[in-house]
Parts: sequence; structure tokens; C-alpha cells
Amino acid sequence: MLAYLIRRLFAAVVMLVVIVMVVFGIFFLVPKWAGVDIATSFVGKQADPAAVEAVRQKLGLAEPIYVQVWEFFKGIFVGRTYAGGGDVTQCAAPCFGYSFRSEQAIWPVLTDRFPVTLSLALGAAVLWLLFGVAAGVLSALKRGTLWDRGAMLVALAGVSLPIYFTGLLSLAVFSYGLGWLDAEYVPFSDGIGTWFGGMILPWVTLAFLYAAMYARITRATMMEILGEDYIRTARAKGLREGVVIRKHAMRSTMTPLLTMLGMDLGALIGGAILTETTFSLPGLGQAVLNAIKNQDLPIILGVTLITSVAVLIANLVVDVLYAVIDPRVRLT
Amino acid sequence: MTELSKTGAAVGEPTGTSPAPTSFLEVRDLRVHFPTDDGLVKSVDGLSFQLEKGQTLGIVGESGSGKSVTSLGIMGLHTAGQYGKRKARISGEIWLDGTELLTADPDHVRKLRGRNMAMIFQDPLSALHPYYTIGQQIVEAYRVHHDVDKKTARRRAVEMLDRVGIPQPDKRVDSYPHEFSGGMRQRAMIAMSLVNNPELLIADEPTTALDVTVQAQILDLIRDLQKEFGSAVVIITHDLGVVAELADNILVMYGGRCIERGPAEKVFYEPRHPYTWGLLGSMPRLDREQQDRLIPVKGSPPSLINVPSGCAFHPRCPYADLPKDNATRTVRPELELTEAGSRHWAACHLTTEQRERIWTEEIAPKL
Repeated sequence: MLAYLIRRLFAAVVMLVVIVMVVFGIFFLVPKWAGVDIATSFVGKQADPAAVEAVRQKLGLAEPIYVQVWEFFKGIFVGRTYAGGGDVTQCAAPCFGYSFRSEQAIWPVLTDRFPVTLSLALGAAVLWLLFGVAAGVLSALKRGTLWDRGAMLVALAGVSLPIYFTGLLSLAVFSYGLGWLDAEYVPFSDGIGTWFGGMILPWVTLAFLYAAMYARITRATMMEILGEDYIRTARAKGLREGVVIRKHAMRSTMTPLLTMLGMDLGALIGGAILTETTFSLPGLGQAVLNAIKNQDLPIILGVTLITSVAVLIANLVVDVLYAVIDPRVRLT
Repeated sequence: MTELSKTGAAVGEPTGTSPAPTSFLEVRDLRVHFPTDDGLVKSVDGLSFQLEKGQTLGIVGESGSGKSVTSLGIMGLHTAGQYGKRKARISGEIWLDGTELLTADPDHVRKLRGRNMAMIFQDPLSALHPYYTIGQQIVEAYRVHHDVDKKTARRRAVEMLDRVGIPQPDKRVDSYPHEFSGGMRQRAMIAMSLVNNPELLIADEPTTALDVTVQAQILDLIRDLQKEFGSAVVIITHDLGVVAELADNILVMYGGRCIERGPAEKVFYEPRHPYTWGLLGSMPRLDREQQDRLIPVKGSPPSLINVPSGCAFHPRCPYADLPKDNATRTVRPELELTEAGSRHWAACHLTTEQRERIWTEEIAPKL
């Protein structure tokens, strides 16, 4: 088990380095080959050549590629100094550079917005796991009944209706119409109650989509597992049906759900763009959307890295949980 | 339901609402039907037999003859895994030690399962839960029926593993099924089935998934354990060699019905049904001359939705034209004693004399 853990951790670190390099390649080298000058896009379209040159010097864009990669790496892990062309700017440890537009450092932007996205994703995940899995299990056990058909119809709606539809609908009904919930985002530090109230609609909206998917997967998996020989064995032992379902069938059903959860959570932590935009949540998704509109490369880069790391960590956790659930995984 | 309540039971068998039997296990006119989109699958259609403690009954037949469904029906597992509306229908009577199982409270039957009647399945790898250790699974089987702490149950599990011949049982008890070899897994499965000293053990193709070398060991083990515990054993197989090894009585099934049954030596050495002849003829034997080919049963097993009229075996029977008036195609033969006073029954339209002649002159010399 420990050896397995160490192997997975090592693989994760290697993966992280690869991710940083690929991301750097995409954001700094590809524009270069495509003939887009980063310094020009930093300064603006009608800039005078001297200003562009100054920026080029300051960002180190004139240096050889390996120096740029090294500086980029160094920036992330120990911080870097922009000293080219006169004035000196210190950029402390996790340095992802500065926004091309607001000239803010990227890292504080990410750390400001990360908790919003994280709380959105985690809260929604709790909801969709609770309701999606429960609905799926019930549907599998009551296959073909009115409940099953109803639940699967709702699930179909959940999968097909886009977030900006369900989100706006819920806003219209519960916030503007009935006035039950505030659609305003309030930071956690400003009061847990108001924060919670503001998050309910985004959570439910996001969870509806995922709960629908999880319900369908749970139902299909559960039905398959219930046909397994070892479930028949469990019944042959004289176990109560409830124990057979909970202890024997559920444990096997968890495996594919866990895989999905790892990927979904990882992807959501990189920004739930639609949900955040619909509910005006100041999360990573909103930041990256604005950055794309403004061609603000360093922000896109920062969010991309955060997303990759989130997926990486989520997968690492999933792998470990996998080994906990399924003893056969520990061997490989 | 009218069809289900009709008693097409064997001649001379007690039918209907008769008093509790004296046999330890008695099955009367058992029918298990599965409604499907294509029609009603009559997996078991009027099966009766008795079994005493300490005795072994071998149920033999091809795939789809209804032998596994019979065993699941006895265990009350024929509807297991069937969620939703289309449930298997079962009728008839199953008496286990004076209790009729089909009309008993399902929770009572559940309590009998695993304690009074236990089952060994064909493929021990898929029949054991891959995520739990062998020990956990045996402990669970024991603790369902015994109010003991985990330590005591674990000691019992180790004891059982030792009893079925697993080396270093105190270590292997913590192994997972995938860490066992096929034979070891089946031993563990047997240990799990016997942990509560069941009076009835049903073994559904217990050796089919195993290496030939391991098969004999497992059969020996089952026989030894039966002697030790004095249980009644039903062994279900398509392999006549297995029943020859173990069974006191043999029941041959075809198309969901019993077509021949009797003491093992009778069914083996004086079979009185053309299908049984076919089964014997399809069995490879080492002592047979090399130029002799196997004599397979022609055709394929009958559809259980549209069972052939008359004798279900008639489309494959080489002697179907012998009886008069086309009887094989119109009248369903009932089980009849082959000899007055014997316990050997067969359901065939051929006369006893005809069958005796065909067996001694045509079939036996070729086997």
C-alpha cells in the first residue's frame, strides 16, 4: 500500500513538471511561432516601438528559450526578478507573472478567486453525490416502475438542459420572483449565513446537471452489479436484502463513480465558467472568461496550471481511494 | 395460473395439498417460469423428487435443462436480482425438514438460507466478492446466523479453512479471492457454505470451472464433508463422471422435466431413456477403443418457450417413430416405474421391453 502510494506520488510530481512545460510551450512558444508578438500584445496595438522593446526586455522575451523556461520554472517555485531594461520588479515565490491588462500580479488573483470556485465545486459535489447516487440506486432497485421512469426523465432533463437555462430559471423564480434567496455572492468572511444563502442557487443548478449524470451511471452500474454472482452468494448466505445492497452491491458501484468524481471535480475546480458567469460568482471561471476576451495570457496560463494541478490531485486522491476500495488495484 | 396449478406430476407421486412428507427434502411438482418479451420460459415444469439426510442426489442435464433454476428455486433465489415487475413465477411445494418453503414467510426462508441450506456455486472467482477477504466473507456468513463477536467468528473461519484443506489457514484467512488459485477458491467457497453446518448442501456445477486435477480433490472433499456433517447433498452437473463419483440417486432432466431417475447404479448400468443413453454415449472414456467415436445427442436443447409437443425429446430421439399412433408427438409421457418394486423411473413412450432390447443390443455394446 505504501509503495503504491509513493509510486503514485512520484508519478504525480513528474506529471506536474510535464504540465508546466507544456503550458509554457503553449502560451509563450506557440504565439512566437505563429507570428504573434507577446510584447506587442502586452503594450497594445498602437504602441510605439520603444515601449514594445522595453516590455520585451523586461519580460525577458528576447532571451533564448531555455533561459525563458528556466525563469518561468524559477518564478513558480522560488520567485523571479524582472530586471531587464532599467527598472527592477520583484515577483515573490509562486510567480505567474503580471496581468497584461491590469498589471496585477497573477498569483493573488488566483488565490482570491480559487476559494469561490472550490466552494462552488465541493458544495455542488456533495449535493449531486447525495441525490444522484440515491436516485440511481432507487431506480435500479425499482427498475421499470413509475419512480424509475420519472427519475430517469428528470435525469434526462438535467443532462440536456444547459446551465444558463436552469440557472437563469432558478434565479428568475427563487430570487427575483419569490425573493427567497439572494443572488448576490457574499464572501465567506462576511458571514456564513449570507454566504450560504448566496451559494444555494449556484450549488443546486450545478448539482442538477451532475446529479442527472451520476443517477444514470449509478443506475446502470448498480443493475449490472446486482446481476453478479457474488451478489447471489451474499443472498445465499441469508443476508438481509438491505445488507446485500449496502455492503455488497454499493461497494462495487462506488468504483466507477469515484473515477467520474475525480475527473469532474478536477475539471470544475479549474472554473465552472457557465455557472460562475450566470450567477456572477467571482471565481476562476469568470476570471479566465474575462482573460480570454482581453487576451490576457498570464491569467489564462495561471488558471490552466491551477486546473491541471487540481485534476492531478483529484486523480491522485481517486487512485488512493481506489486502492482502499478495490484490493486488486494494490498489486499493480 | 390455471396451467400452473394443473398437476402434471409423475404417476404415483403425491400431489396437491397433501400432508407434510417424511423425507428430509421433498420437491413436489415444482414449476419455475420466467416471463420474458418472447414468451413464458418454462425453466422447470413439473419436477418432483425426495432426498434423505446423508444421501446425495445428482441432477444431470444439458445447459438449459432447468437444473440450476431448480437449485435456485429451492434456495428461494430464483427471483434474486430481479427488480421491477417481471418476477419469476414459482409453484409447487418444496418441503425442507417439515417446512414448506414456497408458502413460508420470506424472512423465515432467508434465515434458513445459509444456516439450514447452503449452496456452492460454479465459478468461485465470480461467486466471491472481489473486495472482501476470504475471512471477512466467511465471518459474515457465520455471523448472520450466530450471535458471536468477530474474534470467535474469525476463529471459526480459520477452523473451516483448515478443515477444507487450505494450508496456513490463519494466514490465508486474510487473503483476497484473487490471491487464491481456482481450487483454493472453491475450497474457500465450500468452507463458507459449511460454516453453519447446513443440513442441505446444493452444489451447482462445483467442479466445472476447475482444472481436472483439482476436480477430483474437490469431489473427495465434498464426499468427506458430507460423511462428517451428515448433510443431504444435491449435486448439479452436466458431467456424468461427477455424479458417478458421488451420487446415490440420479435425476436426469430434459426441457425442465425429469425424464429418468433412480438409484445411481440403475441409471448408469440400465438406463431406460434414449436421452440418458445419449448422455452416456457423449461421455469420453479412456477405456474405450480408439476407433469408437463418441455418440453425440443430435440436435440442440429444446426451446423452453415452445417446448416440443408430446415427448420434449422426440425431435432428437432416434426411436421417436417406434411407438404407435404418433404418440411421441402428441402425448407427454409420464414417469413410470421401469420394473415393479424398483425405484427406477423413466418417462418414455417405448415399451419397457423395447427399451431393454435397444439398450442391451444396440447401445450398451458401443459404450
